[in-house]
Amino acid sequence: MAADTVAKKKNPNDPFRKYDLTLAEKLYLPAISKGMAVTLSHFFQKKVTMQYPEEKPEVSHRWRGRHVLKRDEYGRERCVGCQMCELACPADAITIQAGEVPPERRHLHTTERYAVIYELDMLRCIYCGLCEEACPEAAIYLTPFYEFVEDSREKLIYTKEMLTEKTGGPIFYKD
Amino acid sequence: MLKQVIDKEIADQQQLQEQELYDLNLGPSHPAMHGIFENRVKIDGERIIECESHIGYCHRSFEKLSEHYSYTQVNTITDRMNYVSSMANNIGWILAAEKLLGIEVPKKVQYVRVIMLEINRIIDHLICNGILGVDAGAYTGFLYFMEAREKVYTIFDKMVGARLTTNFGRVGGLDRPLYPEFADDVLNWVKVIPKVLKEFHTLLTRNRIFIERCRDITPISAERALDYGYTGPNLRAAGVEYDVRKADPFSSYEDFDFEIPTGTTGDVYDRYMVRMEEMEQSVKIIEQAAKNLPDGPHHADVPEIYLPEKKDVYSNMEAMIYHFKIIMHGIRPPKGEVYQAIEAPNGELGFYCVSDGGPNPYRLHFRSPCFYYYQSIEELLRGSLIADAVLCISSLNAIAGELER
Repeated sequence: MAADTVAKKKNPNDPFRKYDLTLAEKLYLPAISKGMAVTLSHFFQKKVTMQYPEEKPEVSHRWRGRHVLKRDEYGRERCVGCQMCELACPADAITIQAGEVPPERRHLHTTERYAVIYELDMLRCIYCGLCEEACPEAAIYLTPFYEFVEDSREKLIYTKEMLTEKTGGPIFYKD
Repeated sequence: MLKQVIDKEIADQQQLQEQELYDLNLGPSHPAMHGIFENRVKIDGERIIECESHIGYCHRSFEKLSEHYSYTQVNTITDRMNYVSSMANNIGWILAAEKLLGIEVPKKVQYVRVIMLEINRIIDHLICNGILGVDAGAYTGFLYFMEAREKVYTIFDKMVGARLTTNFGRVGGLDRPLYPEFADDVLNWVKVIPKVLKEFHTLLTRNRIFIERCRDITPISAERALDYGYTGPNLRAAGVEYDVRKADPFSSYEDFDFEIPTGTTGDVYDRYMVRMEEMEQSVKIIEQAAKNLPDGPHHADVPEIYLPEKKDVYSNMEAMIYHFKIIMHGIRPPKGEVYQAIEAPNGELGFYCVSDGGPNPYRLHFRSPCFYYYQSIEELLRGSLIADAVLCISSLNAIAGELER
């Protein structure tokens, strides 16, 4: 690649000209009045700022926010503790300990394997959505809910009880 | 000429007042620094005699981290490099991985990548020039630019579900199908940009205060720029017509008609003007791509690399096996090494990846353009004023996230 500079001619329409100021430009005032005209025109335009806590921005249904664990039509937990989301998570936010379902609780789970412990550290999570992609059981989803604040770090480690939805339904397809 | 006079003056002053020089820490958390840059400057009055810049103050070891990540997971790291235009980094990495695997993606995917890369170029330049205005003392333009940026974030939100850390695209295609009104949304947004740029031109470009603040500030010659390894808008401002999009077209850039603006002196004003011109060219490219967006699948036909659709996973045995295989074993490219560069908003963003046949990259190097710009700061700042140093750093568009990767 040649390292030659491109010599530009002195052309008043050349955007890169900077040394040859015209008289109007030297006088400051026309430039200032033009600038003020732009600012004033914005003064009368529709406001774009949002008064956040009172007025909330709408996010799309694809939004990657707080996680949920789904249940199926019979109210059984969909998660089988296969640890695929734990494997796919780049931030190591998910901790799963799998175990065998005790016979008296068999009706609450789809298979005999389930997640004894399912912890999701919301502070470690980077909300990339890879766990949702990795899940083979349609169990974990990221929802458009984005407001969750607590006053301590411990409260933001979500357990299975906090993540699991109360009611179930058919398989949810997030286009 | 001016440089020599200043250098002579500096040498004289150094002899005279060796002990009267003042050490100042410009950064790491200086209000005028955009990000965490550590600079130690020796000043005499307001003139910088010597500058010592430390790279690595907030080193985050992305390269080492990615040696433990799968090829899909590395995508989430690249988000956090140049966070002003995260999709550009995603696209660069995915192209590198696809080159390693030898995948040819459909035309539609390539066009969508071009659109997203150009949108990211526009929003990156908007921020850079807006901040340059703020540093020069004109705050208003920055807010008008932010409005345009905010609008494009709603497109990102609808498309991938996040605004800043996008995690856009997967190896072998897009991360999910496009939403139906994507092309219209993009065209509607792009229509606004020339208007916003015109306003900004009125506010700053031919304003005498701005011109006098910017001209001849920290210039760099084409030879020195090439010696340092400059790329992108800063090299073009110095007068070298080099653009990866033209020199080594990727993702079907050869289909589009656009020009490369160049400056002459490589000073702050030229960098500003090159960026303003590039945004107009990007608008042209986006319009061409969005109007001719082809139909087709949103991923290449590579079942062993690209995850199958969810409804197949729940019902189809073969899809289920592929799903488990990709997640558990990862994508395993053949042994080899690859270098893929893209024209990111900031310059040539390269990914050098070595694979040993395993699920993680054996070695991954990010060639981030900022790293090369920032090394020249010691030379650029020598002899300039402190207020100009701030302008110089913001016009180089040094981004801490990309510098200290």
